[in-house]
Amino acid sequence: MRINNSQNSNNMRTQPQRQHGGFGGGRVAAMPAEKAKDFRGTLKRLIAYLKPQAMPLLLVVVFTILSVTFTILAPRIIGEATNELFGGIMGKQLPAGITKDQAIAELKANGQDQLAEMISAMDVTPGKGVDFNALLRILSVLVAVYLLAAFFQWLQQYTMAGVAQNTVYRLRRDVDGKLARLPLKYYDNHPHGDILSRVTNDVDNIAHTLQQSITQIVHAIAVVVGVLIMMFSISPLLSCISLVIIPLSLLVTMFVIRRSQKYFIAQWDSTGALNGHIEESFTGHNIIEVFNQQDKTIERFDKENERVYEASFKAQFISSIIRPAINFLNNVNYVVICIVGGIHVATGLITLGGVQAFIQYSRQFTQPVVQVASIVNILQSTIASAERVFELLDEEEERPDTENPIMLENVKGHVKFEHVYFSYTLDKPLIEDMNLNVHPGQTVAIVGPTGAGKTTLVNLLMRFYEIDRGRITIDGVDIRDMRRDDLRKIFGMVLQDTWLFNGTIRDNIAYGREGATDEEIIAAARAAYVDHFVRTLPQGYDTVLGEDASNISQGQKQLLTIARAFLANPKILILDEATSSVDTRTEMLIQKAMAKLRKGRTSFVIAHRLSTIRDADIILVMDKGRIIEQGNHEELMAARGFYYDLYMSQFLSPVSADVV
Amino acid sequence: MKDLLITFLKPYWKQVTLTVGLLLVQAISNLYLPSLNADIINNGVAKSDIGYIIKTGGFMLIVTLLLAACAIASSYFSSKISMSFGRDMRRAIFHKVETFSQADLDRFGPPSLITRNTNDVQQMQMLVLLGLNLMVMAPLMCIGGVIMALRQDVVLSSSIIVIIPVMAVAVWFILIKATPLFRSIQVKIDRVNQIMREKLMGVRVIRAFVRNDYEAKRFDEANRDLTTTTLRVNRIIALAIPSLMVIMNMSAVAIIWFGGHRIDSGAMPIGNLTAFLTYIMEIMISIMLAMGMFVMVPRAEASAERIEEVLNTEPSIKDPATPTEPHKTRGIVEFCDVEFSYPGAEESVLRDISFITTPGKTTAIIGSTGCGKSTLVNLIPRFYDVTGGSIKIDGVDIRDMRLRNLRDRIGLVPQKAFLFSGTIADNLRYGNENATDEELWHALEVAQAKDFVMEIPGQLHAPVEQGGVNFSGGQRQRLAIARALVKKPEIYVFDDSFSALDFKTDAQLRLALKKETVHSTMIIVAQRVSTIMDADQIITLNDDGTIAGIGTHNQLMETCAVYRDIVYSQLSEEEVA
Repeated sequence: MRINNSQNSNNMRTQPQRQHGGFGGGRVAAMPAEKAKDFRGTLKRLIAYLKPQAMPLLLVVVFTILSVTFTILAPRIIGEATNELFGGIMGKQLPAGITKDQAIAELKANGQDQLAEMISAMDVTPGKGVDFNALLRILSVLVAVYLLAAFFQWLQQYTMAGVAQNTVYRLRRDVDGKLARLPLKYYDNHPHGDILSRVTNDVDNIAHTLQQSITQIVHAIAVVVGVLIMMFSISPLLSCISLVIIPLSLLVTMFVIRRSQKYFIAQWDSTGALNGHIEESFTGHNIIEVFNQQDKTIERFDKENERVYEASFKAQFISSIIRPAINFLNNVNYVVICIVGGIHVATGLITLGGVQAFIQYSRQFTQPVVQVASIVNILQSTIASAERVFELLDEEEERPDTENPIMLENVKGHVKFEHVYFSYTLDKPLIEDMNLNVHPGQTVAIVGPTGAGKTTLVNLLMRFYEIDRGRITIDGVDIRDMRRDDLRKIFGMVLQDTWLFNGTIRDNIAYGREGATDEEIIAAARAAYVDHFVRTLPQGYDTVLGEDASNISQGQKQLLTIARAFLANPKILILDEATSSVDTRTEMLIQKAMAKLRKGRTSFVIAHRLSTIRDADIILVMDKGRIIEQGNHEELMAARGFYYDLYMSQFLSPVSADVV
Repeated sequence: MKDLLITFLKPYWKQVTLTVGLLLVQAISNLYLPSLNADIINNGVAKSDIGYIIKTGGFMLIVTLLLAACAIASSYFSSKISMSFGRDMRRAIFHKVETFSQADLDRFGPPSLITRNTNDVQQMQMLVLLGLNLMVMAPLMCIGGVIMALRQDVVLSSSIIVIIPVMAVAVWFILIKATPLFRSIQVKIDRVNQIMREKLMGVRVIRAFVRNDYEAKRFDEANRDLTTTTLRVNRIIALAIPSLMVIMNMSAVAIIWFGGHRIDSGAMPIGNLTAFLTYIMEIMISIMLAMGMFVMVPRAEASAERIEEVLNTEPSIKDPATPTEPHKTRGIVEFCDVEFSYPGAEESVLRDISFITTPGKTTAIIGSTGCGKSTLVNLIPRFYDVTGGSIKIDGVDIRDMRLRNLRDRIGLVPQKAFLFSGTIADNLRYGNENATDEELWHALEVAQAKDFVMEIPGQLHAPVEQGGVNFSGGQRQRLAIARALVKKPEIYVFDDSFSALDFKTDAQLRLALKKETVHSTMIIVAQRVSTIMDADQIITLNDDGTIAGIGTHNQLMETCAVYRDIVYSQLSEEEVA
């Protein structure tokens, strides 16, 4: 198989995508929201986080109110226009030359009481048609109002973009800064995927909410308040009627959302399971083939697929009920208002334009109400995201460096462990009373079965972890009396999991020392026997290493990290020999380069090569996290202990074992 | 895309027709409502005829109810159709991929196939869902709206000629501009995420080289870049909605103005103006929605193409028309002048490979990385077919055997120990459903996995997460070995399966394995010389995929330079002896 599995499981953990629908505002809203543990507290904190943006945020509110005010004025102005037109028509029907009062009196005399009352409430000049000058004036105002509404809406969005982006920028920066101060323990105890998702998905989620939902909420509230004012100013009675019907929309929405949530959860779960099954079936294709499991794999797929179908159909259908239901309620509202309004227009209590404006307002009322109901859901998941980000920001940081640090000059590389005690967790002591004396230039080989905890020593030396008791000294100075940065500069590290970043080969080698010249970089590459290889690449030292540096082999990567260590020119080395996946020739180069690097330097080698181990001055044998034996090859062989077994097993072949 | 839609919608044509019918009813009712409104105002409110208002209002409520019923029914069917469509398409792809050979699978690559089976189907499903609502509804509303507007007032309807193109162009312009802008944000987000990922993975290195400041700067640059881009894009996008609102509202103002003249001249009743305005708004909204749909189409089209590519791939390795089976099954594997090159590759990976293995004997394959060791063993279960020569098992060309029977006889432990989600027992029984617990434990014991399985809570029933991530590399390898052992095949193939084990476990495992597989053919690919030193024959490959030498360790040490090089790179001289 030629695909990179590990990369797969990171990237392809195919989460069901959020369906952003074009139809029905309720869809996204009906997604299940994760609940925050402390909703109030986190919300408060998030608001506090917005504080530096208080001024622009205030502007956003002002702009929103202005925009909404103008938007809300529009139907009223249209109503006036209608009145103007209506008055014109009515005026035309009345004989010219009489006054309005005369006309009313005449109508009353003819028994047309209702019409008379209606006209009395209107601006009518008998015999005269529509006053187009007046209409033009009204419409000019309308144009101005519309333009202003649009203008302020734009300003509001424009300003909010700044608020949102600046806040998120700060959030990302703070998280990044925090990550630099967290002890390695945090990294070792939390899956990278989890940390990454806090920094990326959760922050993006917050960004989106800040950009979209906050303005929507402000907007919705402004609209509800504004519309209510307008409605009551037109007709308190009609408003009361509407206020009975409209909350029903809210109830319907809430009801449907609650109903559909469980199906959305089911949809997420089942889609996740299905995608997982697809992923493992495709990546493990040859295993399925050679074990003849196609039928069973298909059978399981069909079952999972059916579950996805069931859940997504129901989720889709139920959430799509919101719209027609609300439309229906809106129409009921409309008819009722028409009836009651009609009666009132007839009796002259209200104008025709007034009824029309009222209808428009009542239509505007439901939308924000439904919107707020949906945003609450989105807000919940945002707060949950914020909580996770804040949790990270609250993690305990590394113990600060000592106040009067000792700076070692001319490091010789004399490393001493004196009565060192260490454990990752309090109840499981790992290293007890360890003593080790490594003279300058000596090589320490750390050996042991897989998972024996060989990296523990590295963690302690580099002060990635703090020891519980005792002390570790370099040239007689306790490492805790140095600044961490100074301490780490003494060390050079070549690990088996070669870490190279997305950048050129030159930059990657130069990582070893700030401000290295090209000559130094090339010299380091040459020392690590990788110069030749680099020059065979089309772009040479400017070759960009892809993510996970998949364009060069594992062996070459290790050589590059050796070059990096050469450039850093450390006094003490930590080396991790590769176990496998390196071809013969590169393997020889790596061995040679490592040997060269070790020369004259105190070295700690996590060793897999017997030749390295045998040549070491001190061998530390580790098992189950503990150091169980210590000495040189001859001593340990003579002791006939764990090391002896380990060493002899190298030659333990079935044939020879039978003979022995 | 058309073919794909037709194929997968065909089984649901009745429901599709029904949905379209329901949408038609909805469109008509939607269009009818404003004219009822107009009637209420013209004949009821304006004339103060309460009876009329109640009568028409009642009728309007009935229409509304009908509308709601139709809307719910149509969304029932459109949900059902689109989700069925997605389900069927997913099934078709998955079933197809299960017939693929490894070569077919490699052509796409698993990640791409996963995307095709999930996201691409999702895209198509979304298109169908929206299509069944919007694509049908938008033109219906648009045409219907024009007709109704004409009915209200023909002269005033001429405004539509101006309004529709203006609206369409505006929406089109916004969409064309917005898509690349959003993409530019995505690129920056990816960059920030990538740096973050690198920093998490390399935290030890960063701290060891004391490069925190540099890393902080690197991240800050990407962060700043993302912020500026997003800000710029969002500020451009902020113009979109207000502009569209201005267009819509200005149209309304113009219509009121010109409508006013029509009303004054008596050419149009006043209630029609409101109705007319409603129709114009409907037309404009449906144009916006339709344009939004058009943005989806190219994306869905790309998905459709990718899906069709999978569905149209014929599996390259199939059962023979007339399968032959060997008379006697013993497990003799014979390579005769085998040549192999990957599809499309210029040079062959393997050439002139001939050897024979017999039951009870161990054949090892060694050579430097990339020389084709894994490829060689992958030919045996026909993950790929040879491009020259032949491979025979018990005298029969494997291409003449039924695939199922061929693979039943092979126990493969792949390089990347791949475990499936489920329990440990599920995984072990993968090749033999009927294995008893005792058999499983025995296999675990041979594979040196008994100890750690015993320690896990739940033991055999302990869960295995997807990809086996809850086990270490060495544990996964041992479980994969146990899985092959449970199958009890005649031919074992170990593809560099001991690499994650330490010397001791490696040696113990090989010792136990030897006893277990006395009657089986063993083929072992290895990196470590110590793993294979005692093999009955060692096949050493050259870098160009030819055989450098075949023989025992001692023979090769004398005759084969390539083998000697490999040995000396790994062992010191005394150890070799």
